[in-house]
Amino acid sequence: MTTLHLRVGFMPLVDCALLVLAKDEGFAEAEGLHLELVREVSWSNLRDKLNVRLFDAAHMLGPAAIAATLGIGGVKAPMAAPMALNRDGAAITLSLRRFEDLARLAEGDLADTDVSARALAAIVARRKASGLPPLTFAAVFGFSTHIYLLCEWLAKGGLRLGEDVRFEVVPPPQTVEALASGRVDGFCAGAPWNSAAVAAGVGAMVLASVDLRRNCHDKVLAWRADDVQRRPAAVAKLGAAILKASAWACNPKNFARMAQHLAAPDRLALPAPLIERILHGELIQGAGRPARLVERFIRFDRDALRPDPDDANWVLDGMEQAGQIVATAETREIARGVFLPDAFEGIVSAESGTPKN
Amino acid sequence: MVPKLRILIVDANQVRAAIIEEGLRAAGYQHLIRISATTGLVAAIEAHDPDVVVIDLEDPSRDALADMFLVSQHVRRPITMFVDQSDQASIEAAIEAGVSAYIVDGLKKERMQAILQTCISRFNAFRKLREELDEARSQLEERKTIDQAKRIVMRLKGLSEDEAYALMRRTAMNEKRKLVDIARSLITAAEMLK
Repeated sequence: MTTLHLRVGFMPLVDCALLVLAKDEGFAEAEGLHLELVREVSWSNLRDKLNVRLFDAAHMLGPAAIAATLGIGGVKAPMAAPMALNRDGAAITLSLRRFEDLARLAEGDLADTDVSARALAAIVARRKASGLPPLTFAAVFGFSTHIYLLCEWLAKGGLRLGEDVRFEVVPPPQTVEALASGRVDGFCAGAPWNSAAVAAGVGAMVLASVDLRRNCHDKVLAWRADDVQRRPAAVAKLGAAILKASAWACNPKNFARMAQHLAAPDRLALPAPLIERILHGELIQGAGRPARLVERFIRFDRDALRPDPDDANWVLDGMEQAGQIVATAETREIARGVFLPDAFEGIVSAESGTPKN
Repeated sequence: MVPKLRILIVDANQVRAAIIEEGLRAAGYQHLIRISATTGLVAAIEAHDPDVVVIDLEDPSRDALADMFLVSQHVRRPITMFVDQSDQASIEAAIEAGVSAYIVDGLKKERMQAILQTCISRFNAFRKLREELDEARSQLEERKTIDQAKRIVMRLKGLSEDEAYALMRRTAMNEKRKLVDIARSLITAAEMLK
């Protein structure tokens, strides 16, 4: 079997795990792939390097893949996702000081997202009344699951991002520093950055994304749309390796080893125990509260990987709510077309057809 | 006549930033601001009010910059990435060189093209410089290794410098290996037999 070299870019997040496992546990090699993983510093870089083929495929925010395909926020770069890389796994964290305010003003149990959102609205109102600057919240990218989740939570308190609350983009690895320096009052990001902020003693987790919605769309494996047509063998091989990684990642016995792989200096460069707790769904919350156990906090199972065109509707609704686009029937059709459930079924049937070794 | 544009250069690498600045200055641009901030880019843009932002791709604040034109109530002027859909070659050249540029508030793209080209060529020049430096460094390292091995051969076999060198070269040619590899093996062996 000849070896096919694939260069895939990723951002340091727990949800890049299946790519890391495909390489580090030898699943890619078994498919005849030489998988080169390249850590990136921005989603813009991932998008642009995929577009000019410096990368063959990329770990990508679903909404960013849609935005690139529609040509909003940068170069028009049509992308396609034959599979997702995870579902769920995000959370919202506030600075300790803001969390104190929140706890003081909460009317009810803070675990209830309606209660926390109304408490936040109370903080916003008080600051406005006393002439204090508005709060600033961060999400990891302009087009991201995280900005739309943030909007969803704020809406429960009658707040709008960009109007009642300032918004800033902060890439995942910079979120802890942004919170510590007081540049932002809170952020929404994927694992492990909420736990990292809590562990650093600068943040308190308010909610996990599953508290707002379950099975939430998140990262996909993005290819250039034309490459999915042009390079079916490459797409199938990487897909098969990721499916094997998914089966492996669902066995809790492997969590310790998985955390070790993710913790490496050229991956997330964070302590393995911090990552392992997250894989077990054990979320440290900060502000003197005990850790919280969340079932299926982040999903890597096969069902979670099936790309669903209906997710595009949720993303476009989010884009509209954030004032990023006015979606027409045509844009909705193009956005739905980013997700390729048929290609996924093809990968699955090809993979189950290969003899087990 | 070169337009009076304010150009903000965001690059943590001071040497490369200086090379870009020099290139733009030579092209006639006088209003150049250099920052190495990976944080607080929004504040820097508000303070300096540039017409063009040139940013190193390795800088993580690129995503924040890209977002400013989307949710930009706190920034006075809209920012867009410098792209011309028809000009795929420019896009590729910029990304491969490792630089991206953003224009503020509808600056004419033709005026931008010259700036981008200067930045691309300076980024590439810097990379070439660094590669040459790495090359020179590794050559120096190889020379040192060969000299060290030569002294071992001279001492152990009682040969002159020229004879020792000739012996090593002959061995390398016979074994179809590089001289430096033979030298490394000799040093390792000598360490083991100490």
